[in-house]
Amino acid sequence: MAFIDYYKILEVDKKATEAEIKKAYRKLARKYHPDLNPNDKEAERKFKELNEANEVLSNAENRKKFDQHGENWQHAEQYEKASQQQQQYQRGSQREGFEGFSGNTGDYSDFFESMFGGGSASGGRGRASAFKGQDFNAELHLDLNDVFTTHKRTLTINGKNIRLTIPAGVENGQIIKISGQGAEGANGGPKGDLYLTFNIENHTNFKVDKNNLYSNVDLDVFTAILGGEITANTFDGKVKLTVKPGTQNGTKVKLKGKGFPVYKKEGEFGDLYISFQILIPTEITEKEKELFTELSKLRTI
Amino acid sequence: MNMENLILLKTVCTHYKVELSFFTHLNEIGLIEIQIIEQSPYVREDQMYDIERMIRLHHELDVNIEGIDVVFNLLEKIDDLKKDLIATKNRLRLYEN
Repeated sequence: MAFIDYYKILEVDKKATEAEIKKAYRKLARKYHPDLNPNDKEAERKFKELNEANEVLSNAENRKKFDQHGENWQHAEQYEKASQQQQQYQRGSQREGFEGFSGNTGDYSDFFESMFGGGSASGGRGRASAFKGQDFNAELHLDLNDVFTTHKRTLTINGKNIRLTIPAGVENGQIIKISGQGAEGANGGPKGDLYLTFNIENHTNFKVDKNNLYSNVDLDVFTAILGGEITANTFDGKVKLTVKPGTQNGTKVKLKGKGFPVYKKEGEFGDLYISFQILIPTEITEKEKELFTELSKLRTI
Repeated sequence: MNMENLILLKTVCTHYKVELSFFTHLNEIGLIEIQIIEQSPYVREDQMYDIERMIRLHHELDVNIEGIDVVFNLLEKIDDLKKDLIATKNRLRLYEN
């Protein structure tokens, strides 16, 4: 358990006045308040630290204790016992006029709990925290193949199993809110929500742009020149394609409705764009060379 | 009138220890929608998430109601920009590798 320098967190000097501490706290809280930084874990962590630092430094008794024991907080127990009675009196009376912020803050650090006990050091963390539970953020790693079809999946979030339907076509980076799957509310308030970020990895030969898929198909030089029929892969099968005579390298064909499912639109699909990559033979036989030479002589343009 | 998803504003005021005038001002500025039924004001349950945020911004950060409007507009813009950024990053993958 590491020592936490609350002065450093509030960016104030050890000699800072009560007003300076209040000012510093308010300034930083405006910067890191969870309502102004939704889904920002780092801001949430900073905000927790700020609240904790303020709980200690804005309360004369706690500040005194922190200043006296500071880095030697482990020896503070004796002091704690001696001043417990007095502190209880102080806790009930010092909060008027300057309440802590709430947001979705959660627990205190081990350092704080060791020095000041498990609960709030100075009686309450603002009004709103008593109602809605903390929101949870989670990341779900899936393969592109997994999101081609709508399916159900059981996730374990904070030790709790949640059965979810993952809609087909969900995008990489997309965040969905699952209401009521966050932490329990306080004092009978509603539960928090779960924000699930999808991290979708693509190990296929298809590139994805929203619902459209892109792929390259190799085409031998003869089919490119003469035309013909080839079989190409789509995401969930194969299709026969007619290649026009004189097809150029990089020519794109669009296969309507053969792309990726459209999110929450059952039965709707994007398109598949196939680019032809014409393969020029690198090794040819003597006979082929002769024929190519002959062909080249026939070409006048 | 279906009252199922409506909450009596008076209950909200008591619960969050907020003056009724705060909500009427939010209503005037268009941040929430108050419905009057039998002379009593109500808010929809689905507005509560935003209402809680507005109360926190007002009480905890001393943001006035016009400021809340600005904050909400900017947060909405940030959200749109984040979505654009994700879409752009996903599109960039087309040209990588």
